[in-house]
Amino acid sequence: MTDTLKLSLDFKGLLCPMPVVKIAQAMKQVQVGESVEAVATDPGVMADIPAWARTSGNEVITLEKREKDIRFVVRRLK
Amino acid sequence: MAAQRDKLTLVVLSGDLDKVMASYIIATGAAAAGMDVVMFFTFWGLKAIQKGNLTGKSLFGRMLGAMNRGGLDAIGPSRLNMGGMGRWMFKLMMKQKGVTQLPELRDAAVALGVKMLPCQMSMDVMEITCDDLIPEAAEPVGVATMLEHAKESNIQFFI
Repeated sequence: MTDTLKLSLDFKGLLCPMPVVKIAQAMKQVQVGESVEAVATDPGVMADIPAWARTSGNEVITLEKREKDIRFVVRRLK
Repeated sequence: MAAQRDKLTLVVLSGDLDKVMASYIIATGAAAAGMDVVMFFTFWGLKAIQKGNLTGKSLFGRMLGAMNRGGLDAIGPSRLNMGGMGRWMFKLMMKQKGVTQLPELRDAAVALGVKMLPCQMSMDVMEITCDDLIPEAAEPVGVATMLEHAKESNIQFFI
């Protein structure tokens, strides 16, 4: 899983809709099958990243709420 | 593209800061999710794609252009604007919280391929020309074009 990780991004401080906009832009920078990691502070991403993935047809591999932030990994599926 | 992409059509009638903001947030969110997005700007909504210069030719047209200045810097919230104080306050509060500002939101929409269609009839009435609009705006269209997009869309919003 980790070997497909191609990009690591910092979304701290970003509010809706930017985490979703930035992750969509990041998807264009990697190949199908590769994944992108990001760290955010907006609690909204807990719901929005899975919703974005379902709508856009990508896969959430990890979505974890940590002490001070939220880390997630998504894989480009198409 | 194997399957038909999902599509969203937004009719932006309002030219208020809050409603324009909601429009651009919905548009960028949908485009980020891979949807085709069409925004149709009519009447007050045209302000959201105006450069912000003074507009109008006739006396009434120029009065309208002066009293109803377009552009993202000029528009205020639909409530509590209080002669511009509300606009200043909301902008400051949004900045403090790190909310993306309107110009950046619109740039993101453009970068994500959101189509921005101005309403020809509104432009005629309000004496707003293509030169008064941002270059990213498409050629002006009418209701039939908007309806065709709306018909092809899974989601339609009127703001």
